[in-house]
Amino acid sequence: MITNTAYQLLAAHPFLAGMDQPQLNRLASWGHRSSFHAGTRIFSEGGQADRFWLIREGRVALDTHVPGRGDVVIETLGPGSVLGWSWLFSPFRWHFGAATVEPTLTVEMDGKGVRRLCDEDPVIGYELNRRFVQVVVQRLQATRVRLLDLYSGPGDRR
Amino acid sequence: MTDLMLPLPYRVTARRLEATDTVTLTLAPVGEGIGTWEPGQFTMLYGFGVGEVPISISGGDGGRIHHTVRDVGAVSHALCGTGVGGRLGVRGPYGHGWDPDSAEGNDLLLVAGGIGLAPLRPVLTWALARRERYGRIALLVGARTPADLLYPREYPAWRAAGVQLLVTVDRADAGWGGHVGVVTTLVDQADFAPDNTVAFVCGPEPMMRFTARALGARGVPDRAVRVSLERNMRCGIALCGHCQLGPLLVCRDGPVASYDVAGQLLDVKEL
Ligand SMILES: Cc1cc2nc3c(=O)[nH]c(=O)nc-3n(C[C@H](O)[C@H](O)[C@H](O)COP(=O)(O)OP(=O)(O)OC[C@H]3O[C@@H](n4cnc5c(N)ncnc54)[C@H](O)[C@@H]3O)c2cc1C
Ligand code: FES
Repeated sequence: MITNTAYQLLAAHPFLAGMDQPQLNRLASWGHRSSFHAGTRIFSEGGQADRFWLIREGRVALDTHVPGRGDVVIETLGPGSVLGWSWLFSPFRWHFGAATVEPTLTVEMDGKGVRRLCDEDPVIGYELNRRFVQVVVQRLQATRVRLLDLYSGPGDRR
Repeated sequence: MTDLMLPLPYRVTARRLEATDTVTLTLAPVGEGIGTWEPGQFTMLYGFGVGEVPISISGGDGGRIHHTVRDVGAVSHALCGTGVGGRLGVRGPYGHGWDPDSAEGNDLLLVAGGIGLAPLRPVLTWALARRERYGRIALLVGARTPADLLYPREYPAWRAAGVQLLVTVDRADAGWGGHVGVVTTLVDQADFAPDNTVAFVCGPEPMMRFTARALGARGVPDRAVRVSLERNMRCGIALCGHCQLGPLLVCRDGPVASYDVAGQLLDVKEL
């Protein structure tokens, strides 16, 4: 059964580790497997953000279009990561684009459905929000660290 | 008796451009050489008439040693510019290295940022020559751009030897199909048992701090994390005090130190 399969995939994904069976069951009804060939655009900057993906295998690049330089990759996400949080917050638009770098297996989640679920069940809502905030904080920290230009030496003049 | 401050003459027998600003020199002794060295040790490398700076030993065979040098200032510029046949002075080997023997029986995690791969390369060579003594071996490499990656020609051999090699860059160009992001983001993807791992981390200080924190978040205690410290040096032999970091003289007590000691010193802005 599709729901069962989605449940098992969710239970195995690190992003949801520690969530209990009934919670995962309820989430599973809003998820399904989805796979992408390498080089597939999953979403584009500015597009409507109504889904998110739990990456099981493969790699996805977040990018943005820079005139004269094309699509510049900002970060890549691999197995165990979650792709997309703009579905959680108004105005529900993607801040960046995303395209697969390798063949990628995910569990695709329906953002509107999960938002409704969070409204109905504040315990799940709190738990998911907590996890997404953690992801956002980690990415913010990584961005700050990157701004430090980590690999430059103390006397680097570049 | 050998004068500890007297550089021994070496000749450059090979010079390889690693990245836009980084060169690996192979040095052979003209007469007497510096003798045996351990992974993580450094020499004081002297560009005649220009000056002397500490440079890690990045490899070697027989009496020859490799130094990978990044051009950041007057002396390193002169060293990088020395061609095959050119002469340099070498003192050493100095310092307390990675001590890979003490990590036997554990998973080995090497994390390198930029030029930091140079002192870690001998650890990898060492561990691969004694493969059965270690658990899993993972090498995480971060560089600014793909063109800044050191030793990419050696990646296939490392992978073939069973090393989990994860590479990331801050800025990708069109031809890059690998990871993009800081090296700390690779920590979660590496295979190791946090309570049975020794991590060797080398790169600029902020990179080492953030890596140690990411390792801590995965459950690797600070005492199992070793970092290689960098301080300006003059004598290299614990005489001048130039390399002092809190209670440590980096040339003698380091450059490699355990993060439970070094972490507190690095957290202090100026000592
Ligand atoms: C143990 C050890 C091992 C090293 N191994 C390598 C190596 O394998 N390859 C390599 O390329 N470099 C290595 N370095 C760094 C190298 O010694 C410096 O880049 C070099 O001393 C710079 O000298 P310079 O005359 O070229 O530049 P300078 O003109 O002296 O330096 C340029 C600027 O950088 C600052 N600076 C230089 N070095 C340091 C430092 N260590 N700490 C703080 N500030 C500094 C100076 O104050 C100045 O502002 C190592 C350093 C140490 C301590
Ligand atoms: S460099 Fe002189 S004491 Fe360390």
